[in-house]
Amino acid sequence: MADDGDSAADVYDVYDAAVIGAGVVGTAVARLLSHHRLSVALIDAEADVGAGTSKANTAILHTGFDATPGSLESRLVARGYELLSAYGPSVGIAIEHTGAVLVAWDDEQAMSLPKLAARAAANGYGSTEIIDAATVYHLEPHLGPGATAGMVVPDEHIIDPWAAPLAYAREAIANGVTWLPNHRVTKLEVAADTTLLTTSPGEGLRARFIVNAAGLYSDAINELFGLDSFTVRPRRGELIVFDKLARPLLNRTILPVPTAHTKGVLVAPTVFGNIMLGPTAEDIDDKTATGSTRHGLDDLLAKGRRIVPALLTEEVTAVYAGLRAATQHSDYQIEHHRDLRYVCLGGIRSTGLTASMALAEEALARLVECGLEADSKDADQLRSIRVTNLGEAFERPYQMGGSGPIVCHCERVTHDEIHDACTNLPPATTLDGVRRRTRALAGRCQGFYCSAEVCAIAAAVGDRTMAEWLGVS
Amino acid sequence: MTTADVVIVGGGPAGLSAAIAIRRLGVADVVVLEREREAGGVPRHTGHVGYGMRDLHRLMTGPRYAQALRTQAERAGARIATSTTATDWAGPTQLQIATAQGISTIAARAIVLATGVRERPRAARLVPGDRVAGVFTTGALQQLTHQYHQTPGKVAVIVGAEHVSFSAVLTLRHAGCRVAAMVTPLPRHQTYSPIRLATATRYRVPVVTGADIAEIHGRSRVEAVTLTDGTRIECDTVVFTGDWIPDHELARRGAIVIDHNHRGPVVDGASRTDRAGVFAVGNLVHPAETADVCAIGGRHAATSVRQFLSDGSWPTTPLRVIPEAPILWISPAILHPGTALARDRFVLRVSEFLHSRTIAVTQGEHVLWHGNVVGALVPNRSISIAADWVDTVDPAGADIVVRLND
Ligand SMILES: Cc1cc2nc3c(=O)[nH]c(=O)nc-3n(C[C@H](O)[C@H](O)[C@H](O)COP(=O)(O)OP(=O)(O)OC[C@H]3O[C@@H](n4cnc5c(N)ncnc54)[C@H](O)[C@@H]3O)c2cc1C
Ligand SMILES: Cc1cc2nc3c(=O)[nH]c(=O)nc-3n(C[C@H](O)[C@H](O)[C@H](O)COP(=O)(O)OP(=O)(O)OC[C@H]3O[C@@H](n4cnc5c(N)ncnc54)[C@H](O)[C@@H]3O)c2cc1C
Repeated sequence: MADDGDSAADVYDVYDAAVIGAGVVGTAVARLLSHHRLSVALIDAEADVGAGTSKANTAILHTGFDATPGSLESRLVARGYELLSAYGPSVGIAIEHTGAVLVAWDDEQAMSLPKLAARAAANGYGSTEIIDAATVYHLEPHLGPGATAGMVVPDEHIIDPWAAPLAYAREAIANGVTWLPNHRVTKLEVAADTTLLTTSPGEGLRARFIVNAAGLYSDAINELFGLDSFTVRPRRGELIVFDKLARPLLNRTILPVPTAHTKGVLVAPTVFGNIMLGPTAEDIDDKTATGSTRHGLDDLLAKGRRIVPALLTEEVTAVYAGLRAATQHSDYQIEHHRDLRYVCLGGIRSTGLTASMALAEEALARLVECGLEADSKDADQLRSIRVTNLGEAFERPYQMGGSGPIVCHCERVTHDEIHDACTNLPPATTLDGVRRRTRALAGRCQGFYCSAEVCAIAAAVGDRTMAEWLGVS
Repeated sequence: MTTADVVIVGGGPAGLSAAIAIRRLGVADVVVLEREREAGGVPRHTGHVGYGMRDLHRLMTGPRYAQALRTQAERAGARIATSTTATDWAGPTQLQIATAQGISTIAARAIVLATGVRERPRAARLVPGDRVAGVFTTGALQQLTHQYHQTPGKVAVIVGAEHVSFSAVLTLRHAGCRVAAMVTPLPRHQTYSPIRLATATRYRVPVVTGADIAEIHGRSRVEAVTLTDGTRIECDTVVFTGDWIPDHELARRGAIVIDHNHRGPVVDGASRTDRAGVFAVGNLVHPAETADVCAIGGRHAATSVRQFLSDGSWPTTPLRVIPEAPILWISPAILHPGTALARDRFVLRVSEFLHSRTIAVTQGEHVLWHGNVVGALVPNRSISIAADWVDTVDPAGADIVVRLND
């Protein structure tokens, strides 16, 4: 047993870099680091990647037209859009080019459109077009009455939100990153060359450099370093997903005129072929309050009834809520501390999916400023990966054949897709994980037909019982 | 592309019974498309006795009943294509299908839709709270317990108090799970009194009436529910029962006219939709009846399918049958004079408990039928009325209205 600090280091694995948080931001960082000659650990308190805020968003690939010009967010969303638009299709992440139309519902809102167009231009996005009410209804015949004007944002697209962190993590792991699920970082001790990360349950590792991508808890990690530049106050966003049979009601995303507080409630198609209504924006104190609420859902239904009245006659497929990592500041909270060999990617509030790959570039640049030496691997040393396309606009496994019979009928998920979700890295370990990777159980019957069989396929893969998969053991 | 005389979508009691009857009428090539690995439909998962009374004239368990129908269908010479999903239309009577080999097309002279119903799950009922483990529909619960011998939990709350809800009680007890309460927003349960009585005395299940589920508590697993009257019930399992919605995806993708009252396709007494050559039977057109009623409906459709194949005629000027509140829906909801109905009856449902009412069927000023309702009118339970008046309607007359009188 070691009796001094130095030899104690021997019992811990030492990495060049540790990324705390495996949401869409942390996984993007790990992926980029894996392209370099570095040993990297990707750590998350949860059992799966993307199990925090990244699992519950509106899945818009934002152009950043409404960002605050000159902000970090403005720059990184624009860059992230470019990077993800290129990366997504190359690995199988569904991105559907729908575009959006921002709708004004009164004269005051109509009058603010030129200002919004100017703001878009200041953000480097010049393709918006202001249109009159008749054109709005021509584009979107199912809109409710009362639209006074609109602004087309032709490049505001939709994406499979969860495929992004999955692809990033898979690529990172394929290129040597160590994935440590179920590791909650509880303590950080900065020593001369490395920082000791204590994780529950009673484990630890050392890393020379640390990236904080802990989302809602990015302030808590900052505090472990003794920093207090921002505090995260969660802003809850509830969402209602409507049946696929509602999809023909919309051609593109319907945006409201944004306010300083929120982008507002939108109605958007999803790449899976549903229609989504949301999100609400409610400041709360509890970082674990991810449940939906009566008042939130009622509020959404009232808004939805006005925007696309026919939507309310369709069945609801799913309801969920996500927490935005809002802070007292309006911009992203990105910091680097050379003395601590530490980069913080905090307060990534409502555009983090889009900005993720740009945030990774930013993190790497700042790590280098902190002293990290990052040599690129040769192209032939890099392993590429794929994720299964889940987008309806592209060919899915059940259409191609050769991956077994359909098991989940509502979402047309095949046997082999479910099996692969439980074996491909990083593997699903919960039914939610299977759902996010395949869409099995995410459809209109919510498991009336297939939950037992999905569970049986999952249980057949490893040593976990059906009850464990169901979460009822 | 493959072809058949008749393609039946859905191999449940209605679809299999239709296939058997159509073959027995001498139609050569009858194919049943069933997306599951085995035909039989919902009864395959229902372990308890209660099937086959009216159609096969003996009472059996769901799996035995499903087996009996499969055997009959094979003997009758119907082809059953399992693990085969009808995903979309490829023409007026052509379907796109998906199998393990991918997508292909099947063309038929007539199509029978028999895709059944499902229960509305939690999300469709907008019950707030976290998305936790331990929430089921009866359908999911029965597969887990009967097929895979799983125990869902220790203490359950059942949402609903109709027939299927009591079926859920049996299933839960069988799996060793106690039922803390059944909850219904209606003033009383909606099953037969003997069933309710048996449940009350044997399993001591309280039925909370006049309250609905308001919220589910728990972060990863169900911990409790609150009701709209403020009551909190500790439990680790919630089962959403009944509240049926037809599996109408294919019908809607084909732009077949849907009945806005029950959301299944509109059919006439001969199971004809508005699309020439497309029929619909079973719970898809009356959510939801017992399996034997669905089977008899499937059988009944055979004659009209056979007739369509021989003369290609398709009546296009139906009379509408319009239910007035508190009647929720009536099936069939259109009439073509001269067509007989399955079991010579209409089925209808009401939205509230009512006593000693009469039902009047009128066309303009003319009273076509008038009768007493035997016993009470109970929501979530079908009432059937005679159809012997359909030959007396004026084919050129106004819509037919069905209403309740004091
Ligand atoms: C309702 C809503 C709608 C949105 N819509 C969009 C949109 O349309 N387009 C878009 O681009 N963005 C959108 N966003 C924003 C986007 O979802 C977020 O910006 C993004 O998911 C943030 O990712 P993250 O990786 O920073 O955080 P997270 O996904 O929350 O990841 C942080 C991870 O850190 C882990 N962690 C925390 N503390 C610790 C610890 N101590 N030890 C170990 N691990 C820890 C957590 O378990 C978690 O997995 C939306 C957000 C919400 C809430
Ligand atoms: C819990 C429970 C208990 C019940 N208990 C009883 C009882 O005791 N006695 C009784 O008589 N009835 C009972 N019922 C009702 C009975 O199960 C139904 O009345 C009967 O199954 C309905 O028959 P169906 O053929 O209309 O539909 P289903 O049985 O639902 O069959 C529909 C079939 O269509 C298939 N299908 C759907 N879409 C497609 C597609 N696109 N392509 C290919 N195939 C497709 C489905 O896989 C399914 O096999 C119970 C129901 C439930 C849920």
